[in-house]
Amino acid sequence: MEEKKPSFLQSLILENPVFSLYLGICSILGVSTSLDNAVGMAALVFLVLLFSNIVVSLIRKITPGEIRIPVYIVIIATLVSVAEMFIKAYMPSLYASMGSFISLVVVNCIILGRAEACASKNDVLTSIKDACVMGAGYFVAIFTISVIRQFLSTGGWSFANPLTLKTIFDIKIIPEQFTIGLFGKPVGAFVTFGLLAALFAGYKQNHEAKLAQAAKEAKAAAAAAAKEAK
Amino acid sequence: MGDLLTLFLSTVLIDNIILSHFLGMCPFMGVSKNRSSALGMGFAVLFVIVGASLLSYALYYLALVPLGLEYLELITFILVIACFVQFTELFLKKFIPSLYKSLGIFLPLITTNCAVLYVALDNITNSYDLAHTIVNSVGVSVGFMLILYIFSTIRERLDASTPLKSFVGNPLALITAGLMALAFSGLAGLI
Repeated sequence: MEEKKPSFLQSLILENPVFSLYLGICSILGVSTSLDNAVGMAALVFLVLLFSNIVVSLIRKITPGEIRIPVYIVIIATLVSVAEMFIKAYMPSLYASMGSFISLVVVNCIILGRAEACASKNDVLTSIKDACVMGAGYFVAIFTISVIRQFLSTGGWSFANPLTLKTIFDIKIIPEQFTIGLFGKPVGAFVTFGLLAALFAGYKQNHEAKLAQAAKEAKAAAAAAAKEAK
Repeated sequence: MGDLLTLFLSTVLIDNIILSHFLGMCPFMGVSKNRSSALGMGFAVLFVIVGASLLSYALYYLALVPLGLEYLELITFILVIACFVQFTELFLKKFIPSLYKSLGIFLPLITTNCAVLYVALDNITNSYDLAHTIVNSVGVSVGFMLILYIFSTIRERLDASTPLKSFVGNPLALITAGLMALAFSGLAGLI
């Protein structure tokens, strides 16, 4: 029997690099205070991941095995330096609010992890696909957390174009005096992330139990059919 | 002298690298399952942070600034850190093999511990002099060790409890860390 492939949406949840493998959570906890930062960070991680996957995959045949990790790190550090200068020049407000987390993308485990686990073994097209899936997973994670945190700590959502600083939308739902400022602080980051991780784990356990149940039923049906045939 | 002490106290307790900067989360989650490996990890990180930030400090002011290559700092620092971690690994393997074994995969992963790169860059961004660089690096790593150790003692207790199935392991640990961050934020008035 052919195994049913999980849909794209399901794989975002089941194979999410953040919630199931706990990769790259430093930046997620640190920059998920507002939608502006979250979207900026997700875009940055995605672009660096995409280009590092492409480059690593292109040079995979000529990279000696023993020094591959330093090679990957230099590639990633170069990409991040370029991105950092670009952000500093064109989006100064984003640069100020993300602070040192921009340079720290170099040591984001997702990027090095995908270079090692996927791009170093596969052709360019597979690596690009992999970067898209992982980037989407990262985006889902950081976006969800920042939606919750910004809503609870400021009472609504706002988003501004990072290039022109023009506000695109600014919604206020909870009045100022009822907001929970704690969610903008480190405590809120840890608690929100913990609860979401539990939610994802619960979904995954549920999904696995269902799969096991289906496999068991199929086996029982096969056994019954075999018995009947006798 | 006074500002050095202030810097030390604030990096250890108030601006703690884990609880308020969220850096070094991988070892924080991975190696905090028992006390002895937490301490071992703490010392390894202390060694790497102090060594790597001193080396990067020297390289930055002796090589990059005179040559006008400041924009290469990220690449230089990460390479320094990678080499230094490799060196620590060889050192531990030869002299403290038991610790080497218990740290396992997390030892080479110190390279991608954001705390190390953060301290190296932080010293340069704040244009600290040598004394401040040393105090800052030691303070950050002592803070890291302190939190890692406290957290591992809590986690040993957590293992004995029976939470909801989906909370087992990391989710519960994260919420615990949140409560620790809350407790430590009370120390902000210290300085």
